[in-house]
Order: sequence, then C-alpha cells, then structure tokens
Amino acid sequence: MIDNWRDAFVDLAYFAASVLFIVGLKRLSSPASARQGNQLAMVGMLVAVVATLFTRGFENSNYILIIVGIALGGALGYLPARRVKMTAMPQMVAIFNGMGGATAALVSIAEFSHKTDIPGGEAVSIVLGTIIGAVSFTGSAIAFLKLQELMSGRPIVYPNQKPINAALFGGIAVLSLLTLVLYDGNLTLARVLLTLVFVASLVLGALVVVPIGGADMPVVIALLNSATGLAAALTGFVLNNQALVVAGALVGASGTLLTLLMARAMNRKVTNVLFGAFGGGAIASGAAASTGEAKPIREISAEDAAVPLAYAQRVVIVPGYGLAVAQAQHGVRELADMLQERGVDVRYAIHPVAGRMPGHMNVLLAEANVPYDDLYEMDDINDDFAKTDVALVIGANDVTNPAARADTSSPIYGMPILNVDHASQIIVLKRSMKSGFAGIENELFHDPKTTMLFGDAKETINRLIGAVKAA
Amino acid sequence: MEQNVLLGAYVFALAIFLGLEIINRVPGTLHTPLMSGTNAIHGIVLLGAMIVLGTANNWWLQAIGFVAVVAGAANVVGGFAVTDRMLEMFKKKPVPGGAGAAAGPAQGQGKAR
Repeated sequence: MIDNWRDAFVDLAYFAASVLFIVGLKRLSSPASARQGNQLAMVGMLVAVVATLFTRGFENSNYILIIVGIALGGALGYLPARRVKMTAMPQMVAIFNGMGGATAALVSIAEFSHKTDIPGGEAVSIVLGTIIGAVSFTGSAIAFLKLQELMSGRPIVYPNQKPINAALFGGIAVLSLLTLVLYDGNLTLARVLLTLVFVASLVLGALVVVPIGGADMPVVIALLNSATGLAAALTGFVLNNQALVVAGALVGASGTLLTLLMARAMNRKVTNVLFGAFGGGAIASGAAASTGEAKPIREISAEDAAVPLAYAQRVVIVPGYGLAVAQAQHGVRELADMLQERGVDVRYAIHPVAGRMPGHMNVLLAEANVPYDDLYEMDDINDDFAKTDVALVIGANDVTNPAARADTSSPIYGMPILNVDHASQIIVLKRSMKSGFAGIENELFHDPKTTMLFGDAKETINRLIGAVKAA
Repeated sequence: MEQNVLLGAYVFALAIFLGLEIINRVPGTLHTPLMSGTNAIHGIVLLGAMIVLGTANNWWLQAIGFVAVVAGAANVVGGFAVTDRMLEMFKKKPVPGGAGAAAGPAQGQGKAR
C-alpha cells in the first residue's frame, strides 16, 4: 500500500514537471514573461529530480553517490554559467548540450548492460539513444573548440572526407542491426557490439562537425540541440518515463524549428551545411578580390558622419557580428541614447543570423541595456528603410548586400537581406574593405548614397559620440 | 509491440506538435535564451542517470551512472543559470521622464517613443 502511494507520488511529480515545462516554454514567447517561463521550467526540473530520489529499488548506499554527483555537476555547470561572457554564449550552450548528449548515451548503455529480457521496442530505443547521444556529445565538443578558437574556425577538409564519413555511418548501421538481431540469443556479444556502436558514433560526431566553418555554427548548434532532445526522449522510452519523453520531444521540436529557420536565413539547405559545399565560397572570394579594387567608394570622417545622424528624424542601426567582436555594443547604446535625447527616432534592425547563434545579437544588445522594444526583426523593419534618413551599418556585411535580391549569379542570391539600400543615406562602419564570410563583394558599399567610415568599431563609435555632442 | 514504448511514441508525437506550435511563436529576439533554455530542459535525462546510479549493483554501473549524473547535472544547472542571466538583461524601454527608473519590466506604457 505504502509502495503504491510512493509510485503515485513519483508519477504525479513527473506529470507536474511536464506541465511546468510546457507552460514555461509558452511563457518564453514574450520578453516580458520569458524570465518567469525559464524559472517555471526550473521548478519543474527540481520537482522531477526530487521525485526521482523516491523511486523504488534504489540501493541505500547509492544515495550518497547521487547527491555528490549532482552537487559536483551542478557546481561544474553553475560557475562557468555565471561568469561566461555574452559573446561566448554559443560555446557555452554547445558544451552543456554535449553534456546532455553524453548523459543520454551513457544511460542507454547502462540500461543495456544490466537489463535482461529487453523487448524489441526498447532495444531499438537503446541503440538509437546511444548513437544520437554520442554524436551529439563529440559534435558539440568540436563545435565548442571551434567557437572558443581552440581549434581553427575555418572548415577543415581532409582527403576522402565524404567516403570516410559514409563508411563510418554504414559501419554504425550494420553494427546496430547486428546488435538488434543478436541480443535475444547472445546478449553478451550484443553488449560488446553496442560498445563498438558507441565508439564509432563518437568518432562520427567529431568527423561530421570538423569540416563545418565557424559561420555555419548557428545551424549546427541548433541541430545538435535537437539531437540531444531526441536522445533524451529515447531514454524516456527505455525507462518508461513520460517526463523524459515530453521534455525531449519539446527540445527536439524547438531545435528542429530553429535549425530550419537559421538555414533559411542563410539561404542554405541543412544538408548543404552538414555535408559541406565550401568550394563555392572559396572560388567566389577569389573572383571578388580581383574586381574589388576597381569600383569607387566614398570615405567619410566621424565628424562629417555625425552631422546627418544628429539632424536625422529616423535612424536605423544595423549591427553585425563585427560590432560584438569589437565590444562596441555599449558605445552604440550610448550613441543611440544621445540621438534619442535629440529627438531622433532610433531603431535596431536585426538579421536572424547576426551573431554566432540564433538571436545572439539581441542578447549582446540587451547586455548593453538596449530596451528590447527598440530591436526589430528583419520582416518587421524592412519596409521602413525607405522612410529612414540614415542607416548606420556596424560590422555587418553579407546581410546587407543587395546582390542577394537581384544578381542571380551571386552565391548569396535568394538570401533574405535587410533593405539597407532603401534608406536615404547609408553610413557603413567597417574595419577595412575585406569581404564578408561569403567572400563576395558588397554592392552596397559602392552605392552613391553610401559613405564608408573605416576603423575599429569601438573607437569609431567613440569619435561619433564626441562629434554628435559637438553638433 | 510493448505498451510502454507505444504509449511513449504517442506522447512523443503529441509533444512534438505542441512544441512546434509553442515555439513557432517565440520572436527572434528570444531565440538564444530559447535555445539555452531548451538546452537545460533536455538535461532532464539526468533523471535517467539518477535511476541508473540508484539501482546500480556493481562498481561498473556505479561508475557509468556517476559520470552520467555529473554530466546531466552540469547540463541542467548550467543551462538554467545561463538562461536566467540572459533573460534578466532583457528590459523594456523606460517610460520617458517617468520618476520610477526602478519600475522595470512591470510597467505597461513603455511603447511611447
């Protein structure tokens, strides 16, 4: 009787946790309630973790290990989470994602190594959970190394890359099938095979991400996030735990959606990102270098640029990752405040792939105390550029290139861009005339309405602030 | 087919559709916190690790379980902490000239510009 009550308590707690996750995610859809949403999900997690301690069948001596493990892992997660710089957020998410993937793979392997009489559906879930979890672990680890620049962010290519990956994938598929066919008769052999599947999947995860360039990381991180969610749901099948299934499915859905969104914003197919088509970009950059010098550009000084800004009615700021690299977001906020005090309507236009992960630029600007209602998504502001007096482009390049609209021969043709060229005047802050990630020339810089303000973004902004004060 | 896996599949499919519905409405502004928040939520696999470790009856399972619990807890705690830190920074525009600078995100007429 007591045991029944205990089981019911655990089950109801898991149910409550699932509901809290759903409500929490729903609250995340508005900036005003988002923090509360995250906290609801946190409560859900706490409820689920505490309830798990009441699961029947735990060995008494293992409780201390569980508590120590949670305390140790919690500290390992909490300390860097409090300290990490906002520019380093993508690699932080990558590393936590890898931890989740590793956990899912280990749980799957552990279940296979102690259970007997495993039904078919569970066995399939175990094998898939092992593969996806392991790929997500090493894939995230490589993504972390690349984003942290401990490893070159450029795509690393080696001979026979595709055949090697295909062979490895084929090997994993064969070993998995063998595991599933053999486990009913020869469980010991099947356990060895699953270990091989695990190891091969670890290698595959690393090999798939190694050739992917730093600029494609928003897509990769979103995809790996979705993979870990899926792996968590699969372990839920094995453990007959619906809280894991619900949470895993929610994450899988969100990761998939963001992956597709990012790929669309970069005008690339997900398969194209994963299985590499970098030759095209490299060739285009060679072509751009030869023609880049010929066309005229107009340079402007900070003092001259300050005047149209100070006397404009409407200014739109277009920030790119260059702004974050230069740590200029605080200066930009100061400049915007100053203009707003003069009665200028200042807004920010954010391209979906500005930054190193989906929505990264919004976080960087929020850190600099830019109110979120000044941040506009591409579709919400694109029609307003025509009514804008000055568009101030800071460290953004490809996402402003009109060639994406008109030039069918351009490698970025079809990519959705910000209509910066519709503004009456355009001021581009840029370090040098180097081309952007796609390696192509930006027509915007040669537009008669455009003036170029060269230099480090942070210094240039400071000079602009000084000049606006004087204007 | 065993009922628990089948039930799981039903729940999984429904949760996927629900997830797509909810997340479709999250504005681009919040995509990074959304990603890191969902990242923390998939740390729920920590429960699986706790069950493995709790029921472990040999040193080998204890070792796997312990590593899994540590990794899972890092995922959960780190993910939620970093998301909370980010969302704390998202502020509404203060009411111009308003005395309550500390009013924060609660006030409703921030739209004035």
